[in-house]
Amino acid sequence: MQVSFKNGSSGAPRRTLADLAENHEALVERLELPEDLAGRLMELGFVPGQPVVAARSAPGGDPRVFRVDGAEVALRRETARHIFLQPDPVH
Amino acid sequence: MGECHETNSTVAAESTGGVHRLVAIVGPPNSGKSTLFNRLTGLRQKVANFPGVTVEHRVGRAHLHGHHDVDLVDLPGIYSMRPRSEDERVTHDVLHGTMPGLRRPDAVMLVLDSTNLGRHLTLAAPILSLGLPTLVLLNMADDLAQRGGEVDAEKLAIQLGTPVALISAAKGEGLGAVTRFLGGGIAVPRPVELPVLQDVPQCRQWARQVSTGAGYQTPSPSAWTRRLDGLFLHPLWGPVVFLLVVGAVFQSIFNWARPIMEAIEELVAWSGGWLTTQLPDTLWRSLLVEGVWSGVGAVVVFLPQILLLFLFIVILEDSGYLARAALIADRTMARVGLQGKSFIPLLSAYACAVPAIMATRTIESKRDRIATILIAPFMTCSARLPVYTLIIAAFIPERPLLGGLFGTRAASMLGLYVLGFVAAVTTARLLKSSILKSERTPFVLEMPPYRRPNLRSVGLRLWERALAFLQRAGTVILAVTVVLWCLASVPFVDGQPPPIEQSLAGTLGRAIEPLIEPLGFNWKIGIGLITSLAAREVIVGTLGTIYGMEAEGDSRGLQAALQQDLSFAGAVALLIFFAFAMQCMSTLAVVRRETGGWKWPAVQFVFMSGLAYVCALITYQALS
Repeated sequence: MQVSFKNGSSGAPRRTLADLAENHEALVERLELPEDLAGRLMELGFVPGQPVVAARSAPGGDPRVFRVDGAEVALRRETARHIFLQPDPVH
Repeated sequence: MGECHETNSTVAAESTGGVHRLVAIVGPPNSGKSTLFNRLTGLRQKVANFPGVTVEHRVGRAHLHGHHDVDLVDLPGIYSMRPRSEDERVTHDVLHGTMPGLRRPDAVMLVLDSTNLGRHLTLAAPILSLGLPTLVLLNMADDLAQRGGEVDAEKLAIQLGTPVALISAAKGEGLGAVTRFLGGGIAVPRPVELPVLQDVPQCRQWARQVSTGAGYQTPSPSAWTRRLDGLFLHPLWGPVVFLLVVGAVFQSIFNWARPIMEAIEELVAWSGGWLTTQLPDTLWRSLLVEGVWSGVGAVVVFLPQILLLFLFIVILEDSGYLARAALIADRTMARVGLQGKSFIPLLSAYACAVPAIMATRTIESKRDRIATILIAPFMTCSARLPVYTLIIAAFIPERPLLGGLFGTRAASMLGLYVLGFVAAVTTARLLKSSILKSERTPFVLEMPPYRRPNLRSVGLRLWERALAFLQRAGTVILAVTVVLWCLASVPFVDGQPPPIEQSLAGTLGRAIEPLIEPLGFNWKIGIGLITSLAAREVIVGTLGTIYGMEAEGDSRGLQAALQQDLSFAGAVALLIFFAFAMQCMSTLAVVRRETGGWKWPAVQFVFMSGLAYVCALITYQALS
């Protein structure tokens, strides 16, 4: 499983789902979250290589709805921050 | 997988006598399981509870043309067979035959959303690996076709090794395949190669391959859902629409339900009067007419209002709007230490705290769950509605507000609802910063597409609610009314029942009068407060009985009678008291079962009732 709990050896700041602007798309790289939560998110579609689109948010910008694999899933910024995106944006 | 048979044959024999086949309806959340269940069982269904857990499940019987009847069980939605919350555990345990009180199902109907098949098919792998006869139903086929998607059910059936049918549960299309499966020869699926179930990415890839192999064309996204979200989740219009919806609900509860309620009121009064003329003047007549008729009748009058409130809540829930409300509420809930998911039980607590407390099972964090359970009874449940309506109608004069858009009475009612919400939120804050302190829990919620509520399902839920309400009126309220009548009829003076003031009930009321006098209540209200410990609306029945026995031919209504007994300040204090007090045995019983002991219900009772007393005291003293 591509679940790691901590990855201290990161140099440059990497892009996460929290940085994705509304209506933009990117591919999931990996999830750095507790196994239980990561498992649930993967069942909902947040698996490596999967395209995710940032959709509307609640008033105030948090939580935000993400379109992933035909579903719409709402996540808080604090969770989205731990879902890392592949470096090259699709669009 | 024959090993399952011998372990369950005994359970099977005792639960249904082994006569009917038991079929489980399984699927991911929002795939339309309940719509199919309602379609197949109609009124032949009931809500049941598994022993030990509070998760509700529905069981029902399907009559099939030319086949034996089949028992169906509608299970909570799951994403995988690895349970993460209590309701998912129920589905898991039932399918493995380890749920006490229910034998292992003989077959499974797996309901998947055909418009989202690539993803929903993931669940087929763990379900097929159970080795039970399985029918895969691709629901919402009409929607799929409309939005330009397609799938070859036969090809899918070959790949899955089990029958597949395209249906529309909402419209009742394609159900012939369901009848054939339920009634006819069901077979264990032909073994097919399944992915490693623990490996989520592999399962997903398998699902994708299978759906592609069946020529699955993903439909274009629902334009409606995007459009509606554009409005409902708009930074400005979203909250505005939310407030308008809530305002409309209250206004309509007050105005639309009124003619029906008045009609029922008149019917109760007229039939009571008719009974009086028909029966000989005995104690029994007094019990029947003054006790039962005016007591139970006073409560039954509120049925239309309660059904109207439920109608709104069911529509909000079934249309998919509730998930958006949870999303909007998440920030506010986070501020008091809870999360958006707690908002859904709280909203349904507006109808009744009992199902709301059961609905907290979707909250993964134990501490958040207990906090939600503890604050849920502050939300204005429908049992408070009769009390509020009666007092407001008797004491608040109706005047137009906001240029006639809103009346003072509807505004007072709305104010009480807001008050309950504020009390709930403040208590949550208090709990989450003290005894139930915990780390912030993540908020992950799937937004279902907007759907038109299914008339049949809405109708069934309202029917169920009406029955439950009448059942309560026929048992708890009837019992309390009869006991009260007896207490109000003894001790006999000169072989006759005493004036109510000198009766046992009157003595009880007088005994607590010193305690409640500072709140502006007299001994009659005191009797009502005692009886309403069973359930809030009982006070209305109680007052109906007391005034019914007191009136002796004087037919002034309950409202007019109340105006004699309560000052304006006392009436407001009574409203405040009912807004906060914990007066509901059913809720306390559910909380005890849910939290596994008397500790939390005791805390809840003492805290809420104490708060009610203090706030009513302050209100009365300030206003009088």
